[in-house]
Amino acid sequence: MTTEILTPPTTRTTPLDAASAASAAPPRLTGMTCRNCGVTQPIALAYVCPACFGPLEVSYDLGVVAATLSRESIARRAPGIWRYLELLPVDAAPARSLPVGSTPLLNADRLAPTLGVDRLWLKDDTRNPSLSFKDRAVAIAAARAVEFGVPALACASTGNLAGATAAAAAAVGLPAYVFIPADLEPAKVDHALAYGATVVPIDGTYDDVNRLCLEVADETGWGFVNINLRPFYAEGSKTLAYEIAETLGWRTPDVIVGPVASGAMFTRVARGFEELAELGLVERRPIRFVGGQAAGCAPVATAWEAGTDVIIPVREPDTIVRSLAIGNPADGRYVVEVARDSGGSIEPIPDEVTAEAIRDVARLEGLYPETAGGVTLGAVAAARRRGVIRDGDEVVALLTGNGLKTPDARLLGLPDGGTQRARPGQPGLAPVIRPSLSAFEAWLEGAS
Amino acid sequence: MSTVRIPPTLRTATGGAKLVDVAGGTVREVIAGLVATHPGLEAQLIAPDGDLNRFVNAFLNDTDVRHLQALDTPVGETDTLVLLPAMAGG
Repeated sequence: MTTEILTPPTTRTTPLDAASAASAAPPRLTGMTCRNCGVTQPIALAYVCPACFGPLEVSYDLGVVAATLSRESIARRAPGIWRYLELLPVDAAPARSLPVGSTPLLNADRLAPTLGVDRLWLKDDTRNPSLSFKDRAVAIAAARAVEFGVPALACASTGNLAGATAAAAAAVGLPAYVFIPADLEPAKVDHALAYGATVVPIDGTYDDVNRLCLEVADETGWGFVNINLRPFYAEGSKTLAYEIAETLGWRTPDVIVGPVASGAMFTRVARGFEELAELGLVERRPIRFVGGQAAGCAPVATAWEAGTDVIIPVREPDTIVRSLAIGNPADGRYVVEVARDSGGSIEPIPDEVTAEAIRDVARLEGLYPETAGGVTLGAVAAARRRGVIRDGDEVVALLTGNGLKTPDARLLGLPDGGTQRARPGQPGLAPVIRPSLSAFEAWLEGAS
Repeated sequence: MSTVRIPPTLRTATGGAKLVDVAGGTVREVIAGLVATHPGLEAQLIAPDGDLNRFVNAFLNDTDVRHLQALDTPVGETDTLVLLPAMAGG
């Protein structure tokens, strides 16, 4: 069997044609608009509406965008997120940036039957520069951070963002301060350290870290990618939608399934598809949006199940899925809206199911996601059982981070925690064998 | 009197003050007292139903008041109430 992998076109040169065309046109970025009250202000290093305290978001003139953005113009540009420049909240592609995006869609026809679905694509975002989708968001934030002239790039991280922020800061030449819960997975801590970041462990949950960072951002003026740069940062996740549509030949799937932590990615992917429809780049057809949360930290799934958009925060998350362990998700109510209005769902996934899903996708498709990917695949199966995913649906699952970041997760639920030595024909770690053919043959015959 | 820490977005309404001393025995009373002395804060802090604006999180001595007794959480003389935007993180 041949595994089908779809990748966006990689021919042609640079996105400069778009940048120069955009600079000659009226402004496509019209300012920052409060999502709650609609008040608009000029683009600045700001994230809170001064009138109502609601979230500020960057607004676009899609008429101006349409003047230079077409299927054809995109096809002529180099791979990466900047090929969609007109729909990103920067004036031009930055001079220095990591090669982010244009990740493939993998046709998962071996995994699909185990989840009960007919057609399944995996958006393989494990292969971004720092091995997660966070590179998309941080690339935008870092570009804006340079424009705003902040003295340092910083973040409050559940793990993936730590590496992404540290890598982007290295690329643009800014110091990086990465705040993490002190008990984060060691691989994620080492990853951020490798890029030269100052990593600050905090004795508390992610929500404690986030609250502290809000105060630190006020006092230091550092550019926190997911706090005072959040209106720009969040927009980077829209490129997941653009790439999926382009890779599918400018059409949309029936169902998108992705992980939910703060909800910023989930809601921006939905918006990305909406923008493509408004621009006429894809035919407008319904997409159901399904989210996955770890059952041990599922405030959004709980709200969705209860039919409310009031999110009751989880004080002490209890899950191996550290990348989704946000008890107080900023965009939680908007995630509920997207799921409800699209006919989707938000599914709470037990850790054992997550671990099994990681093992299954790795052994059946050759793709090794971190825990959030396991949650996402668990959500595919759960949404199918619930009837949200139907016969014949084409499903795209977002695998947003690499399994090398959470190496212990796949062992959960294995006999003896995965320490049992493998026999011939079994997957697993064989016993140490002397370097002789007779010793190997003895093991092969079951004598050792 | 307890101390309320004001985020930069709201400091216009407090004349630039970062820390404001406010009397009150509960979080609700402290916020009401803050709004009484700085009426410009009402639109940002108080929802039409009288509850705390959903885009504001209140932390008493670094603990989210929703994990305590919400607006009815008792406030002591030496306590610090921090008001922060809800839309952050992730």
